[in-house]
Amino acid sequence: MPHLPYLKETPSQTAGPYVHIGLAPGAAGFDIYERELGWDIAGPNAAGQRIRVEGLVIDGTGSPIKDVLLEAWQANAAGHYAHPEGGGKVEDGFRGWGRVITDFDTGQWGFDTVKPGPVPGRNGTVQAPHISLWIVARGINLGLHTRLYFEDEGAANAADPILNGIEWERRRPTLIARRADRDDKAVYRFDIRIQGDQETVFFEI
Amino acid sequence: MKPPAEYYQRDLNRHPPALTPAYKTSVARSPRLARISLEQTVSEITGPTFGHSDIGPLDHDLIRNYATTGDPIGERIILHGRVLDENARPVPHTLVELWQANAGGRYRHKKDTYLAPVDPNFGGCGRTISDADGHYFFRTIKPGAYPWRNQINNWRPAHIHLSVFGASFSQRLITQLYFEGDPLIPLCPIVQTIPDTDAVNALIARLDMNASIPLDSIAYRFDIVLRGRRSTLFENKLEGN
Repeated sequence: MPHLPYLKETPSQTAGPYVHIGLAPGAAGFDIYERELGWDIAGPNAAGQRIRVEGLVIDGTGSPIKDVLLEAWQANAAGHYAHPEGGGKVEDGFRGWGRVITDFDTGQWGFDTVKPGPVPGRNGTVQAPHISLWIVARGINLGLHTRLYFEDEGAANAADPILNGIEWERRRPTLIARRADRDDKAVYRFDIRIQGDQETVFFEI
Repeated sequence: MKPPAEYYQRDLNRHPPALTPAYKTSVARSPRLARISLEQTVSEITGPTFGHSDIGPLDHDLIRNYATTGDPIGERIILHGRVLDENARPVPHTLVELWQANAGGRYRHKKDTYLAPVDPNFGGCGRTISDADGHYFFRTIKPGAYPWRNQINNWRPAHIHLSVFGASFSQRLITQLYFEGDPLIPLCPIVQTIPDTDAVNALIARLDMNASIPLDSIAYRFDIVLRGRRSTLFENKLEGN
């Protein structure tokens, strides 16, 4: 092993069952912050199609996990991230980042946002519209990274360099959210299977 | 377009593996298939940014941020340190959030039914933004040990949960800090999910007498290290490299 004097990354630990206290105290049962962060991903000024994303996170026994916290990171409709290296300007109030928790009784989670545009990939490729997701919970020692793609972006998905990089073609659909329309709004269903049959693809990023 | 300057790959020998059966909940909540390595793109090298307008002036002070009738009961501590990357550069202006139990090991959470009482003047969460040199600090009460349903007689060491963002989604990290000298640390199945003792040591906050305030609060120091970023060698330097 080389021993150049780099520091070493702080190791991860589980977020535990009470992650809500720190990151969503209202859900833990108390009101403390003037403003909790992460509940408004796109803001009112964002251009593009308003959508809803929802689903369950399912454990290896087939049961919904009811103490999950998910974070979402996405580009705006023009394919720009709200970050200095994000590719271009975003609308005022567009954060592109969201934080949601599962319902304690049902395990359902969901958020409202705008559909992201395509963003550049490596070596001149184009990535299909996608939302990066990060999942933490009791029993998860290191946050799990995955991506949500959209069923109605068939051509873009077929050309996406990340999906195409998954050698097992039958695993690719685990990253495709299914569209249903409700009250004239596109609702994308994305269930995450942590373990077992149809296990969701997780990435080492 | 130039390829993005990437973050160093995670040293997964330093992090806990997903499946750690002594920590029972991990058994059904760990993927069985290998993670797929993804070469970083703009989606991974960017991440949310936060500013002081996002947080309140007392958010870093757990002694005052939920107090109504007086101060919370317990050992008054200052927790401070720096957020650095693996290149030992400061990570400035990044959001650090924490949560913890009170002095008796009781969480203010509707799902916690431990018989130790809640403290009416203690909430148990805080957040701050690191300064230009990566420094952060909190004021709080040292948390108590806490029993949990794993093996019958398992107790968590005193710990504080920490959440850090860094500058990109690939740096996102949640961890727990422990306190120097706590004999529960080597007994804990969650601590032991980390196979490397040097890595476990990196989670132990050190008593810092020099930062203590005499007759007021004792201090602990805890530095947080996030993934470092590669320089784009043999190319024109990008900003920040």
